[in-house]
Amino acid sequence: MSLLDVRNITKSFGKTEVLKGISFSLEKGNVLSIIGSSGSGKTTLLRCLNFLEMPDSGIIRVCDKVLFDDADKATLTDEQIRQNRLHFGLVFQNFNLFPQYNVLENVCLAPKLQAKALPNYKTDAKQILADIEEKARHLIDEVGLSAKCNAYPCELSGGQQQRVAIARALALNPEILFFDEPTSALDPELTGEILRVIKGLATKNMTMVIVTHEMQFARDVSDQVIFMDDGHIVEQGTPAQVFDNTQNERTKAFLARFNEG
Amino acid sequence: MNFWTITQELLQGFGITCLLFIMTLILAIPLGLLFSFCSMSKLSIIKVPTRIFIWVIRGIPLMLFIFVIYYLPSLLADGNAAFNIFNTIDLKITIASGSSELLWQGRFLAVLIAFVINYACYFSEIFRGGIESVSQGQYEAGYVLGMTKSQVFFKIVLKQVIKRIVPALSNEIITLVKDTALANAIAIPEIIKCAKDMASSQALIWPLFYTAVFYLLFVGLLTVVLNQVEKKLSYFKA
Repeated sequence: MSLLDVRNITKSFGKTEVLKGISFSLEKGNVLSIIGSSGSGKTTLLRCLNFLEMPDSGIIRVCDKVLFDDADKATLTDEQIRQNRLHFGLVFQNFNLFPQYNVLENVCLAPKLQAKALPNYKTDAKQILADIEEKARHLIDEVGLSAKCNAYPCELSGGQQQRVAIARALALNPEILFFDEPTSALDPELTGEILRVIKGLATKNMTMVIVTHEMQFARDVSDQVIFMDDGHIVEQGTPAQVFDNTQNERTKAFLARFNEG
Repeated sequence: MNFWTITQELLQGFGITCLLFIMTLILAIPLGLLFSFCSMSKLSIIKVPTRIFIWVIRGIPLMLFIFVIYYLPSLLADGNAAFNIFNTIDLKITIASGSSELLWQGRFLAVLIAFVINYACYFSEIFRGGIESVSQGQYEAGYVLGMTKSQVFFKIVLKQVIKRIVPALSNEIITLVKDTALANAIAIPEIIKCAKDMASSQALIWPLFYTAVFYLLFVGLLTVVLNQVEKKLSYFKA
């Protein structure tokens, strides 16, 4: 049984059809890269999976649990959407750290708010909060920023901010971590440090979906690659299949342009 | 009348000025926040009337609005402008107990209502600007971390909004200090009215100019406080 199963997702904005029936599945511990030109619907797909946009139709399942089914879309409450989102983490292109909180607080904020709903929160608040903080420090250490716990986002480089964003997403133990062009706002030098962190997560068997323009990286880190064009998946397979044994003309043209550069 | 008794006399009027200022501020900020939410509502049945209301209130002079609040209820009640229900109200404010006239208390209520509504409208537009200037990404980052809408607003957005609106709000607050002088349109004995009364009863004009000192000191104090707030929020960029 696959961890994530997506069936026939469609999404339109007004008359523009952005996703025209996207289906794929992902095994636990695997890394999926989604490549394709701008405007092909990659980001919209991630946003639909994280319920930042509501798909028009389709089914989303995690471990056999149906998160979204267009048949009962109308009855999906805010609280259910919120619960659905907890299965996933999302790292944005432009980080979106909370500027008024320091690094540690950025990572701790959501888990601390979550903890308030625990039945034993009233009695064990101190211990629970201490555990959250310890875990946060550990995550911050893992992304190599333990010296920056008390720094504010405006004092960090783009690469450091993105590493904090990754730690922040991991703090809620998501089953799947999504990356939306995590290095597109960074210069090549800083890109490297983010890619190293993501590779590190891959070796720890974190299940990830990465939208990226870093072809070499996608080839190195992925178990599965999807090429999207104009709202469709036109090619799908292992990195070797997609990059070295390309079938689709559109994919060939896209990859050729990358190889030239 | 010597300098000291005139200062005391003016201080009483200044007490009323301050009371009007503080009460307006305390009441207009939450009301303004409510108006700003209504004016950003997705339901046009809430949004459109709110925006029209804000347009009307911001479009008419505050002095006119004071007259409307003061006279309209009585006119509607029995069409008699000589009788005014506000004049029958005693708020039992003791700030100017020395004042021979107690009737101003009801009128104070009328002025306060006018000020609160007027300033809530101005504040609401400042709040709306501040709230809309926070990037969508901040909301989305909160939502994907499983936060509720109210957690996102209070834990993430609000402080960024406050930081952004402090300069605009400071301006409006300082304007409010001086707008309180409009209360003398319906004979509230605020500081300008006190000075004017002295001018006519004692034939002294300088107390009127002397009131400027009170305003300047008060605005100076506010400026220091508001700068302090701005400084406190300068540790982050948003």
